[in-house]
Formats: sequence, C-alpha cells, structure tokens
Amino acid sequence: MLSNIGVILVFLILASSFLIIYNAYLDIKIKDQIVKKIIYNLSLFQITFTILSFFALIIGFINSDFSLINVYENSHTAKPLFYKIAGTWGNHEGSLLLWINILVLFSFLFLVFNFKHNKKFRLYTLIFQNILIIGFVIFLLLNSNPFSLIYPVPLEGLGLNPILQDPALAIHPPLLYIGFVGCSIYFSAAMASMFSEYKGKEFALSIKSWIQISWCFQTLGITVGSIWAYYELGWGGFWFWDPVENASLLPWFAITALMHSVMVLEKRNTLYAWVIILCLLTFILSVTGTFLVRSGILNSVHTFASDPSRGIYILLFLGMMIFTSLIIFFKKYKKESYNFNLKTRETFILVNNWFMIFFLVTVLVGTLYPIFLDVIADVKISVGPPFYNIVIIPLVVPFLFLMTVGPQFKWINSQNVKFYKTTFIFFGAVIINLFIYYFFENYSVLTNLIFIVAIFLILHCFLDAKQSIYKNKKFEYPRIISHLGFGLLVLCIGINHQYSLEVDFNLKIGENKKINNYEIYFENIKTEQNKNYQSVIGNFKLTDFKRNIVQYLDPEIRIYSDPETLTYEAAIKSKITSDFYLTMSNVSRSEYYNIKFQNKPFMIWIWISAFMIALGGFVQLMLKKNEN
Amino acid sequence: MKINISKIIIFSFVVFFLSIFWLGLKKDNNYDTKNIIGNKISNFQLPSIYNNKFISEETLKENKFTLINFFASWCAPCRAEHQYLLNLSNKNNDIKILGINFKDKKNNAIGFLNELGNPYDFVAGDTEGKASILFGIYGIPESILVNSELVIIKKIIGPINPKQYEEILQLIQ
Amino acid sequence: MRLKKIIIIYIFLFSSLYADENNLELMEIYKNLRCLICQGQSIADSNSDFASTVKLVVQDQVKEGKSKEEIYDFLISKYGEWIVYQPALTKNNLLLWSLPYVILVLGGFVIFFIVRKNKHNRAK
Repeated sequence: MLSNIGVILVFLILASSFLIIYNAYLDIKIKDQIVKKIIYNLSLFQITFTILSFFALIIGFINSDFSLINVYENSHTAKPLFYKIAGTWGNHEGSLLLWINILVLFSFLFLVFNFKHNKKFRLYTLIFQNILIIGFVIFLLLNSNPFSLIYPVPLEGLGLNPILQDPALAIHPPLLYIGFVGCSIYFSAAMASMFSEYKGKEFALSIKSWIQISWCFQTLGITVGSIWAYYELGWGGFWFWDPVENASLLPWFAITALMHSVMVLEKRNTLYAWVIILCLLTFILSVTGTFLVRSGILNSVHTFASDPSRGIYILLFLGMMIFTSLIIFFKKYKKESYNFNLKTRETFILVNNWFMIFFLVTVLVGTLYPIFLDVIADVKISVGPPFYNIVIIPLVVPFLFLMTVGPQFKWINSQNVKFYKTTFIFFGAVIINLFIYYFFENYSVLTNLIFIVAIFLILHCFLDAKQSIYKNKKFEYPRIISHLGFGLLVLCIGINHQYSLEVDFNLKIGENKKINNYEIYFENIKTEQNKNYQSVIGNFKLTDFKRNIVQYLDPEIRIYSDPETLTYEAAIKSKITSDFYLTMSNVSRSEYYNIKFQNKPFMIWIWISAFMIALGGFVQLMLKKNEN
Repeated sequence: MKINISKIIIFSFVVFFLSIFWLGLKKDNNYDTKNIIGNKISNFQLPSIYNNKFISEETLKENKFTLINFFASWCAPCRAEHQYLLNLSNKNNDIKILGINFKDKKNNAIGFLNELGNPYDFVAGDTEGKASILFGIYGIPESILVNSELVIIKKIIGPINPKQYEEILQLIQ
Repeated sequence: MRLKKIIIIYIFLFSSLYADENNLELMEIYKNLRCLICQGQSIADSNSDFASTVKLVVQDQVKEGKSKEEIYDFLISKYGEWIVYQPALTKNNLLLWSLPYVILVLGGFVIFFIVRKNKHNRAK
C-alpha cells in the first residue's frame, strides 16, 4: 500500500518535470516578462508530490513496514523512534530521495524568489534543473527505489548500523545535502544564463543568495560531520582526509571561490566566464563526490554499502552533465576584457580563488590518484593525512596573510589606503607568538608562521570590527565574522595539534599508568543491558597532579545484536580549555584492555570557530533580507 | 585555432577521467599482499612448541619446498583447511610443512593437533604474533610456500581451498 | 593594553604539557600506517588484532633504535606501499606530488597576466 503510494508519487514527480519542461519551453517563446500561471502551479504540485513521497518513506520507517526492502534492510522495531526517522535518509535509497527533494525544493524556490529577473533566464533555469531532476528520478526508479517490495514480508528488520544512531549524524545528511545539492540550482542557472544571454550584474544578483545558502549549509554539514566523527568514532580526531570527507570538501572550496567571485561580477561586471565555470564545476564536483562515495570504487570507513551498478549509472549521468556543459560553454564563450588594478579588492579575490583552486586540486589529486595508479599501473598506494598536511599547510601561511590584508583594499582602486595599523598588528602577532613559543613548548618554524598569521588575522578582524561598528558599515559584518572564525579555526587546530597528548597502552583491571602529570587508574568493569545493545563499561580514575583534580572517565564497548556489531564509545570530558578523551578496547584472548588516552586543548573552540564561519554567511543572508 | 586546441585537450582530459572511473569500477577493492611473491623470507628464530629447541630459516634451507602455515587453536577457518595440510604431508616428500602457532597457548595448540591430526613437520610458537609481521601476514589462516632458497613462490590468504591445493601440488612438481 | 590582556589570557588557558618524545614518535608512526584489514583506518585508530600486533613490532624496532624511515621500509617490504599513508617520492607518484604545485604556478601566471594586461592598457 505504502509502496504503491510512494511509487505513484515518484512517477508524478517525473510527470510534472516533463510537463514543466514542456510548458516552460513554450512560454519562453512568448515575448513578455510574465511566467505563465500553469508553470507555477505545476511547480507547486511537483514540490507537494516530492515532500509527500518523502513523508511516505518516513512513515514506512516509523511503522517498521518491512514490506519495503529499504525499511527491512535499514531498520528494526527496537530502534528508538528518533533513529527510525533518521534511518530514512541514513541509507543510499532514502538519501537519494532526499537529493530529489532538495533538487525540487530549490527549483521551486528559485522560480518564486527570482521574480524580479529575466523571464527567459528563469524558465531556462527551470528547464535545466528539471532535466537534472528527471535524471535522478529515473536513477531512483531503475536502480535505487526505496519503495521496492519484498515478499514474504519479514517479521523483523536488519537494523541500522549503531554508529549511525547519533543525533549529530541524523542531521548531518540534510545539512550537507542542502549544501551540495543546493548548488544544482546555480549549475542550472549558469546553463540558463548562457542560453538566455542574461549576464553581468543581474545574473550575479540572481544567484548570489543561493550560493550563500549552499555555502552556509555545506560549512555546517561538514562541521557537524566532524563533530560526530570526534564524539562517535572513538579515535579522537575529527578529520582524516578520508575520500568521503574529501568529497564534501571539494565542493566547499569551489563554492567559497564562487562566493567571492560573484561579488566581483556584481560590483565590477567582470569575471563572468569564470563565474560560469565555477557554477558548473561545483555541481560537477558534487556529483563526482557522490559517485566516489556510492559506487564502491574507494575504500573508506564512511562508504555506504556499495554496488557497482549504481556507479555505472552515476558515471553516465556525470559524463552527460560534463559534456553538455562543456559543449555549451565553448559554444557561448565570448572573450572578456579584464580591468584589474593591482591594489584592489577584486585582485585579492582573484588571489583567494587562486588558493581555493590550489587546495581543491590538491584534495582532488590526493583522492583520485590511487584509483588512477591502480587502473593504469596496477599498483596500489595509499594517500592519507601526511600528504595533505605536507602540501596544504605551508600554503595556508601566505593564504591567511593575504586574507587579512586583502579586505583592506577597496574596489576599483585604493589610492588612500594606509597600512600603519596593519603593520602594527602584524608585529603584535609576532610578539604574541614569541610569548607562546617561550612560555610553552617549542615548535617548528612552520608552526611559528601558522600561529603568527592566524593571530594576525584574528587581531585584524577585531580591529576591522571596531572600525565597521564605528562607521556603521553593516555589510562588513559577515566578512569579519567568517574570516575571524577561519583564523580562529586555524589557530585552534594548530594549538590542538601541537599541544595534544596522546598515549596508547595496555592495562589490566587494578593497574595504573603514569603519563607526565596524569595518572590513570583502571578501577573496574561493569556490564549493562540496554534496549538494543549490551555494554561493557570501564571505570577509570584520572588524576591530574599538577592541578590536583580527580575525574572519572567511563568508556564503553557496545555489543549490538541487530546487526551484530561492536562499537567503542569514547569517554569524553569537554571543557573550555581542553578535552579528555579515553577509549577502551579489549585485547582478544587476554585480560588486558588497550587504552588510548588523549588530552586535547581547545577542542570546543574548533567547533565554535567552524560554526562562526557559517554564522558569517547567515548574517549576510539576514542583512540581504532586511535590505529587501 | 588556439581555442580549438585547448578544447581538444580539455575534452580529451574529460574522456580520460571518465574512462579511468569506468575501469576503476571493475577493479577489486580489497588489498592483498600478493606482491611479496618473489621476495625472500627474512631470518627468524622461533621456539618449538614441543621442546626447548629453536626453529630458524636454516631448518627450511634443508627442504626442497616448505609450506609455512599460520594457525591457531581458536581459529575456526583453520579447521576447514586442516584436511589439505594433512593430505600434503602424507602424499608428498618434497614438501615439508612448518606450522606457526599464532597468539595461542602451547597446550591449546597441542590439543588442537591431537584432535585434528598433526600435518606439521615442525611447529613453532609465535605467542605475541610479532613473527607474523616478519612474514607479511595480516590474518589467519595464511600460508606461504617457499623453496630451498627461501624465495616465496606462492601466498594463500585464508583457508586453503581445493583450487589452491592443486596449485601447490603443481608448483612442487 | 589589549596585548597584555591577551597574553594573560593565553597564560591562564594553556597548560604546560611537555610530551614524551618517544611516545610522540610512536604515535606519529602509528598514524602513518594503514590497517590492512580495516576499511580506511590507521594503526593508531584501529582496535583490530592486526593493529595491535603491528604496534608491538613498531615498539620493538623503536627500542632497537631504528629510524622512522627504516621501520616504514621494513613494513613496505613485507606489505607493499599500501601500508604507508605518506606516498613515497617515486617515479609512480611524481604526478601526485607535483600536480598541485604546477596548478599553483599556472594560476599565478594567470593572475599575473590579467593584472599586467591592465597596467599595459592603462599605460596606453
């Protein structure tokens, strides 16, 4: 019953897409500026069908309707309600339906909110977006249908992987998808812009907010994913340069570059071709990312259950997207003239793009290289954190410096900008770094430089904030907030990396271990039976001799039965200054437990600064709304 | 003309990328260490589980072929392959079998062999598992076939199946 | 004045942790080694049997005074290059290490020409 409703709704989405394309195509030919009512109505129907289909699936999960294969494979009656619902999008088919929801939602909202813009442009955007929607819906129906039936109906489901039963992970996909599925709309808008010749400042204004929204949510999605990894996965890290993580980071670099370039297009009416390229590139990277994650081509701790047939379809879709956009771009490309003075904001935005592309290429090459080498030379290598750290970190130094200095310049020309305060702040940053170096542990030249430029950026943002509040330049707030967040993020990660304590040792019950000024005493083991798992809890007493504090940490080993999995829950005590992190795993056939103990300074500040980066973007959206 | 060349280059790149992805889909994801075939095993010294003597690579040089088999009493798949090990030890005099008892207790190993039969000409104990790393092992059961020059000529990951058993017989002709 | 405040805050917030050199090196090595039977985890993060065995071997070799490179080379000779997360600088990996920098230099040229062209135009 539910399956039938779901499939019918999906077919209705498909039908409405075709009707929208047809009607939009007809309406383009009519030379007025009014979009026909039928198109609005069809879009409204389309979004209704889409949301209803998603609800249908959610209901299937809530009711534990195991006649649907998807629910059977990913849910269980014993699962708590919240995770039953979150299980809807915690699997391949359900998340694909979520993709389609966001594609349709953005299609609808773009049509409605851009009423001030050129009709031909809006209709072409609608057409291209619906072509994308059709592509995904066909993929869903042919290969990954969440409403497929199973007979006979099983009595119980296979359950959802317990690591995925976490609040942060429940909201991580929706946030992330608004990010990298949201960039579909400006992919379509870019295609439409080329077809309808709607360029320059107006085009920039039409896509600006959408770029901003997708950027904010992409940032949030990545941050929440890292927070989940830190609290749930039990290794104490938050970023591993894992292919799936990289797949979400690649579009982020492109969107950040685009977000800055579209400002130049708006203010100076130049860089049109580059903005188009970035718009196309971003969604292409998103689909490439999805291909890498869902096709099983890469070995990762994050991958969905993989299936090569999915890979073939997504690859075909990706190929069609790339070829179509390339062909149209080459056909419509007109040479532009550039009018950039050296000491201007727009030049520094070019510099930002330069670095973003560098970071993007690094992460792209690092992620794809093992595949290439394997196919071409039949050699298997691993590219992991050391590669990315060695290549990226040195370049972060000039990047942060230019990020601080760049916004001081004005548009078009900067004859009167003085740099006395900036120079003063720079030396202040150098001095602060020297203090840290001498008071605390010594560190490498590179770390010195990182600290200096990060502190430089942070201090200068405070100065900028003071000046913009004083001069009531509200439009500077978003930039200041985000840049401050970024500087703080780099500084906190640097401090965290430099001053973290990590030890790995084996301990029996009743034993203790001394590390620097800490002592860890393994008191005892307790077992507990919970709703869908059994847990083995270790009680550890942590004594800090320097500060005379005693804390108790209780890491867990959880034994789930549906599906049969073992997870390791870290004991984490988060404080303003640092986190204590303890994981325990049993050593097979032994009384010993393998203990990993970490003290990580400023962890909470890492999350706060990442949220601050996104906050700047949201402030920008709010300011624009008030402007209207 | 200039634009046409860059167009061709860009299109070729895209085709190249997509073909690599396509071919990559067909490739096997799982990593195995078949690359060690052709290498010599390193020198080792492990205690026998029966007496105080030590077994080293010198012992192996005396044999035409040696099959080094990593096993443990607690390892279920090891039971599955045990038949093939017994066949090899009974049928063939060219090949000797060295059993390395991995992360196990001596008595349990001896009990295991008493129960299922002992195909091994020598049994060494690797209680901490460290010797397995010397041999490039990452799980059990795993087996390595070496010749008298101690060069690895075959590696089997997991329990020996009929096909691999035949392959071993072929190699020791 | 602001500087002083910041310095005081820093001193208050930091705890002086003088990490053990040996332990640091061990953790660094563990993090650079890949767990062969896990789906994308390092030896440092993995709780698997293989990981604990490798840790023991690495500890022994560090005690013997072997350098990081020697330990990596040893494990690569046994398990292949896949076991190490930092790709070696070999002919195979040349493109991997150089491509980002090539793009960086190219990008620099692009910006240089865009801005230079303008100076040229204005000079006219």
